[in-house]
Amino acid sequence: MEIKFTEENLKKLEEAKSHYPTSDAALMAALWIAQYQFGWLSADVMKYVGGLLNIPYEHVLGVAEFYTMYNKKPVGKYHLQVCTNVSCMLCGGYDVVDYISNKLDIGLGETTPDGKFTLIEAECLGSCGTAPMMQINDYYEENLSKDKIDSILDKLSKS
Amino acid sequence: MPDFQPIILKNIPDFHNIEVYMKNGGYEAFKKTLKMKPEEIIEEVKRSGLRGRGGACFPTGMKWSFMPQKSEKPKYLCANGDESEPASFKDREIFEKNPHQFIEGTLIACVAMGIKTAYVYIRGEYYPWIVMLQKAIDDAYAKGFIGKNILGSDFSTEVYIHRGAGAYICGEETALLNSIEGKRGMPRFKPPFPANYGLWGCPTTINNIETLANIPPIIENGGEWFSKIGEPKHCGSLLYGLSGHINKPGIYELPSGTLLTDLIYKYGGGVKDNKAIKMIIPGGSSMPPLTADEIDGLQMDNEHLKSVNSYIGTGGIVVMNEDTDVVKIIKRITKFYYHESCGQCTPCREGCGWMLRILDRIDKGQGRPEDIELLRDVACNIEGNTICAFGDAAAWPVKWAIKKFLPDFEKKVNESVSLPIANRVHSLRVTHQE
Ligand SMILES: Cc1cc2nc3c(=O)[nH]c(=O)nc-3n(C[C@H](O)[C@H](O)[C@H](O)COP(=O)(O)O)c2cc1C
Ligand code: SF4
Ligand code: FES
Repeated sequence: MEIKFTEENLKKLEEAKSHYPTSDAALMAALWIAQYQFGWLSADVMKYVGGLLNIPYEHVLGVAEFYTMYNKKPVGKYHLQVCTNVSCMLCGGYDVVDYISNKLDIGLGETTPDGKFTLIEAECLGSCGTAPMMQINDYYEENLSKDKIDSILDKLSKS
Repeated sequence: MPDFQPIILKNIPDFHNIEVYMKNGGYEAFKKTLKMKPEEIIEEVKRSGLRGRGGACFPTGMKWSFMPQKSEKPKYLCANGDESEPASFKDREIFEKNPHQFIEGTLIACVAMGIKTAYVYIRGEYYPWIVMLQKAIDDAYAKGFIGKNILGSDFSTEVYIHRGAGAYICGEETALLNSIEGKRGMPRFKPPFPANYGLWGCPTTINNIETLANIPPIIENGGEWFSKIGEPKHCGSLLYGLSGHINKPGIYELPSGTLLTDLIYKYGGGVKDNKAIKMIIPGGSSMPPLTADEIDGLQMDNEHLKSVNSYIGTGGIVVMNEDTDVVKIIKRITKFYYHESCGQCTPCREGCGWMLRILDRIDKGQGRPEDIELLRDVACNIEGNTICAFGDAAAWPVKWAIKKFLPDFEKKVNESVSLPIANRVHSLRVTHQE
């Protein structure tokens, strides 16, 4: 597959660049755009992004490695990120991890064989008042119960 | 205070909508400041006594006055919406329920300091709230409140959102600057302070989202009005966040100095299953925890919390019932700091891992009695010895939990355990568990 931003994404990058006095500052935005288009940030993708902004690959890699939300490895179609920090832990965050892990038969950091789900443990997601909760791709699922998890996962497995 | 009216989370349907906001007097304070002298605006904010809501409680008016009025270089404002301190979830409520009051506050700050570009830094996970705020910003542009020659004046300013990508440390103000510049979010050594040398070496002010949302009502009603709300030394309302073992968790806007017992029992509906309280975190995971004996009559503001050796932080209150295992909680919190340390300072980078290993073995019944003192010692050696306040944030929960909940640690250590030498001698790094 050729690594190249779509026309629309190139426009988005230009827009991002216009927000800052230096084009380097658009790197985080560029990595976001790349992650949405390619799913994860391979070395080739990072090199491509570096090329667009005139930033050495090593610098791009350093930034991508620093921030946990940039996927340096492929992830499943649905990235289940369960918060286990203090407020969620008190409300059963670890039970949610165990329940999903058993249900999907994957451990933390693993992806189901069909490539659909990846399960990870997350730090506080700023949703402590609606614990336990998880983030799935860009959205939050809050006040989780077993029933709610079942219905969420069932729906996603069919889509 | 039965007649308290919320200042930020007002009970008006669809208040997030710009039309509704404007119908209720929205953007009038901003229009007023366009005709004021910058010094007058800053004076009004000083008179209000407003202190920053990002955790450090620094007086906002004073911070603004540190910005040079005349500058050859551009000046910047950064609104801090990183909100990653565990147990904090208040700024998100502002993005959702009252984004325009925050935007208006941002614009007033720009007028007061002569700033032409403002960045709103929002944690990457808050995607839905980024979308909400962007919509509000777009609406404010369309009404002519943001952009060039605002409302026919000679004042112009732009407001951009910068999306983070998952790093707690980027909430620290100088790490935030590096992150906006497109770098790794490593805190910078201070001095120089951001007011002189911030974004791209230019004068920069960093304020929390809630801090800025308080500005329009201060301009509208006067600083003096604000200074009379809540506790005089830490005035205004606070967005308290209740979570953990509580019947009605959520964000409650109340005057500063509200009784902790009122927050828990009157507003929060009491402890789940009617249990007794074991421990309370008063303002986000970094703040020294409180024992059940300390909560009676305790007012929730920074001054009163100092009397029990803690601080208000972000106002995120975690309630833990009598069955809570203190060591497990502190271990989980320490795991967070271990994971989030940026790694620049040795005491923080090594100390967090070391604390975690000790806590882990104590938790598993494999700790020796000396481990408690060792743990305290490691915490005390991080505190105050690092580039940024993250080190203190990581050390405090451990240090104060040992002080206040010593029997809980003692119960878990074991006289008969013989540790390998490597675990007893300091400075030997054991391969970390994860
Ligand atoms: C480790 C660390 C994390 C922080 N995280 C945040 C944060 O998420 N949001 C915030 O507003 N301030 C945070 N702060 C405080 C900021 O450094 C800064 O003091 C604050 O944004 C200033 O705004 P204020 O004066 O309006 O409170 C953090 C500080 C430290 C040391
Ligand atoms: S105290 Fe920790 S987080 Fe702060 S600069 Fe040092 S290593 Fe980084
Ligand atoms: S502790 Fe889970 S969202 Fe805050």
